[in-house]
Amino acid sequence: MLELNAQTIVFFVFSLLTLGGALGVVTNRNLIHGAIYLIISLFGGAGLFVLLSAPFLAAVQVLVYIGAIAILIIFAVMLTRSMTQLREVFNGQWWASALVGVLLFTLLIGGVILPVWGNSGTNPNLPVSDLVATTQDLGVALVDGNQYVLPFEVASMLLTAAMIGAIVIAREDD
Amino acid sequence: MIPLWMYLIVAAGMFCIGVYGVLARRNAIAILMSVELMLSAVNINLVAFWRYVTPQNMSGQAFAAFVFVIAAAEAAVGLAIVISIYRTRRSVIVDDVNVLRG
Amino acid sequence: MDLASFISNPNYLPWLIPVGPLVAFAIITLLTNRSKWIPATSSEYGGHHPDYDGMNVAVVTATSRVVSIIVGMSGIVMAWLISLRVVFDAFAIDHLGETVLQSSVAWISTGISSLNMGVLVDPLTVIMLVMVPFACVMIFIYSLGYMANDPRQARFFSLISLFAGAMLMLVVADNLLLLFFGWEIMGLCSYLLIGFWFEKPSAYQAAIKAFTTTRVADVIMMLGIVYLYASAGTLNFRDIMYNPAPELATTEEASGEGEAAKPVIQFAREDAGGLVGEGENSEGAVAEGEEEVYEEVYVETIAMRLAETPAILFGGISAASLIGIFLIIGTIGKSAQFPLHVWLPDAMEGPTPVSAMIHAAAMVSAGVYAIIRMYPLFEAGGHPHDGDFTSPLMLLSIVGSVTALFAATIAVAQNDVKKVLAYSTISQLGFMVAALGIGGYIAAAFHLITHAFFKALLFMASGAVIHGMEHGEHHVHTHAHAHGGGGGDDPHAHDAHAIVPVHADDHAIEAHGTFDEHGTQSHEHVHFDPQDMMNMGGLRKTMPVTFITFLIGGLSLSGLPLLTAGFWSKDEILAEAWLGLTEGFGPHALVFLCLALAAFLTAFYTARQLCLTFLGDARTEEAKHANLGRGIVSFTMTLPLVLLSIFAVIAGFVGVPSDFPLFGAIFSSGGNPFHDFMAGSLLVHPPTLSFNLFPVLVSFAVALGGLGLGYLMYGVKPLVAAQPDPLVKILGPVHTTLKNKYYFDELYTILFVRPSQWFGRQVSYLFLDKGVIDGFIHLIARVFTWIGDFIKTLNAWLIDGVGDGVPELIARFGGWVRGVQTGRIQQYMLLIMIAVLVIGILFALSTGALQASP
Repeated sequence: MLELNAQTIVFFVFSLLTLGGALGVVTNRNLIHGAIYLIISLFGGAGLFVLLSAPFLAAVQVLVYIGAIAILIIFAVMLTRSMTQLREVFNGQWWASALVGVLLFTLLIGGVILPVWGNSGTNPNLPVSDLVATTQDLGVALVDGNQYVLPFEVASMLLTAAMIGAIVIAREDD
Repeated sequence: MIPLWMYLIVAAGMFCIGVYGVLARRNAIAILMSVELMLSAVNINLVAFWRYVTPQNMSGQAFAAFVFVIAAAEAAVGLAIVISIYRTRRSVIVDDVNVLRG
Repeated sequence: MDLASFISNPNYLPWLIPVGPLVAFAIITLLTNRSKWIPATSSEYGGHHPDYDGMNVAVVTATSRVVSIIVGMSGIVMAWLISLRVVFDAFAIDHLGETVLQSSVAWISTGISSLNMGVLVDPLTVIMLVMVPFACVMIFIYSLGYMANDPRQARFFSLISLFAGAMLMLVVADNLLLLFFGWEIMGLCSYLLIGFWFEKPSAYQAAIKAFTTTRVADVIMMLGIVYLYASAGTLNFRDIMYNPAPELATTEEASGEGEAAKPVIQFAREDAGGLVGEGENSEGAVAEGEEEVYEEVYVETIAMRLAETPAILFGGISAASLIGIFLIIGTIGKSAQFPLHVWLPDAMEGPTPVSAMIHAAAMVSAGVYAIIRMYPLFEAGGHPHDGDFTSPLMLLSIVGSVTALFAATIAVAQNDVKKVLAYSTISQLGFMVAALGIGGYIAAAFHLITHAFFKALLFMASGAVIHGMEHGEHHVHTHAHAHGGGGGDDPHAHDAHAIVPVHADDHAIEAHGTFDEHGTQSHEHVHFDPQDMMNMGGLRKTMPVTFITFLIGGLSLSGLPLLTAGFWSKDEILAEAWLGLTEGFGPHALVFLCLALAAFLTAFYTARQLCLTFLGDARTEEAKHANLGRGIVSFTMTLPLVLLSIFAVIAGFVGVPSDFPLFGAIFSSGGNPFHDFMAGSLLVHPPTLSFNLFPVLVSFAVALGGLGLGYLMYGVKPLVAAQPDPLVKILGPVHTTLKNKYYFDELYTILFVRPSQWFGRQVSYLFLDKGVIDGFIHLIARVFTWIGDFIKTLNAWLIDGVGDGVPELIARFGGWVRGVQTGRIQQYMLLIMIAVLVIGILFALSTGALQASP
């Protein structure tokens, strides 16, 4: 079903990075290590974006997620010195949470993904078009009055609001 | 070409790991990181569907871009709250923050 | 699209109608409602509340008061002017109904279909747009004077603007969901406005009662809306009841495409039809021509299709009927029909302009409007004119006629001037509902309009009476005080009424009277009720304008033959019922009998009210001095009365049957104008009734008989002070029952209020909270511990582990369940995720997703 070519190998590598990194994030005791695992996982995601012919999003993923968010998290970890405080990583409901996670995963795969898009599902192998919209199209779409200019502006308002809110919240009261 | 469902499985796995992290970790920053994982998983789904279902329509990528915005805003505000709480309570353990106790 | 073309396009103009009041609401609430804090004992607060002594209260500043009034007034006047423009645009269209003014935008896009939000102006909307904004403007003007001394007038104008905006939104809405939005906003506003004088316990209790009662009905109505959307795929009125249903789609995708394509077609047609007055547009002709062909062939609307679909759960009736019944229950709550009528009389606790708003222009009309709007759905599958009734129609006719008669009997025994009108409203709404039940679509709409005019008039006139009585009370009090105190005589005190209604003085501490109409505490040592008709009498001398307008409104309400609006609309309902009665249809007979009797009672209690209030001599000192004073307050309160009284007379002449002797020739030589106009709302035009002498004679008899009997009992020999109501002697215990409103409040207290209080305390608090959450888990743990111990002693060596393990498990489970209330978000989220999982698994299993189908 799946021929072993370069693309497949790359896919598996990035998938492994993504999932392994994610596992590292949630299990690691040291939060600095956790943040580094987060970077790995997000990097894997960026690789998947490239495979999906969305290079712009891959770049944004690296720049915004890894470059900004992950670094911000590392700063927060250092500011709160929280990695040294913890004796227990998980709270009392970790077993129930694990069960929920596994069940959810099973449900998603067995109940939704495979029956609908799996090999024998109702929508298997969609015809993949080679005609793909480019980054230019995305740029146009984001500022086109008939497409996404309003959500785009709202998103920028949201970012501004978040920035101001973050400053107000985190500022020390003098 | 890789079939769509494999991407979906990767995304589902990442999402469920994120759910586990949100539910089980005690450290607020770890919870925020898990939320980032969940958002990222959503992005993979969006882009994969875009690529396989409507590659000429920009909706999938545009939505993914908006998810980035949400993620950035969430991280900024969330970490600000964490730092603010840390300042008053000297703790980032969510179990300690239970003023909503019934 | 630039603004000029937006405004000049009649299809878009209706969007702007609700905007004015809604913007006014926002501006007043956010910007201009500024208060200052003053001690509660200050005279500016208007009175005292025993609980508020020593506290500061917020009183609107003078600037804020003026600015808020200006903003509120401009909002509603703007809405009125735009409505007039829209009405004229609509009149210019030939065959309004086949062509309508409409436009819509996508509101909620769900992927495969989208829910559109838009405006629709068809004949029904037009007549509402004639009535609602005008009545609202009148009410606003009236509020200027009536609320002039209220410490929260800015808040009042903001709320009543929201109320008016919601009503206008409901009227121009083109789909049921938008209608429901307006409906719910009005529910909220009625809560806030009935409880406007929240210092009075009775006011806030009435507010809660109104809110919860209508809530019961609204939830059921919501069910109907959801069911309708699930089975019809659209909530658009035209799509459901006028336009041909989409071709039965073979696959889901096809139906999705059909719905997606439909708005485009509509836009094409309406754009063509929108250029009204200029007959020569070829595109429009083509589009309309196509529709004509459709109509001539066969039109199956979605409503008709639903009438052939059996309903879920209730297999005996069709889906259309079940949806209809759900929607009707919503109306029963909103329009205060039996058995959910209890809230409306209590709603009199609100300021009088609010009563006028709720009872005439807005809320209760909205309920009837909604069922008139959805009438084709109720009728689908039946032919009421041929005696073939669907279950919603049966429900309507029974509920309507029972309510009409039942409320009219209660109104006979009420002494509160506003309560009489409240029950009269319930009764008149019953007329409309019953008329709809027997297929009298146009008669119901007609009565809705005429009733709105004369009932708004009556409420405002009664408000003027109350205001006058308070004025008189103040006058009397001032003089008593002056004589008793021996000094500080202020002969002009009553002229200062406009500024300080109930002045504050050293009587505050010993004051123990009740709260009067303005939420302030009266200073009388003896209880004096300015709303009690027994305290009035002879007001015609001191309040002549109020008397004449009240007289006109009252005569219209009782249906004084030939001259008043109420006669024509009631006559049409009775004629409709009579026609069916002659053919032997049961519901028609019920409606005819009940309504004729109710009309008689209506005339009687109206005559009683008029005589008790205005005729004879003053029965109290207060009534002798009752007047509205002079100046701006009195002017703003009488102007709306005069204007509305004109409409209360002439509104009836638009709907005179064309073959009515003499009058038909004068007013309706070219056919009954109202009938012909309204008929356009329906796909199948209702038949014109031929003139029949008998129902007209009945109308004459009941109106004149009731008025005459009332005048004989109360008018010929007016009551003097302290004379009991002659009805008490005649009716005996029946009167007591009526006076107590058939003990419905008590019944509901026993049936619903007490049980829910008991439930709340015993079950929720003591049992669930203390018993279950705290105790139940422990109890189980203890029981299991006991069982465990028991087993352990018996079989210590056998099941030692289980005996220990089970109780421990249960106890831990109990602890875990108690953890639900820890305030730890992660636990909440875990529960949410578990719920998601359960729902997801159920969904996957039930839709067969596991069996590979999307």
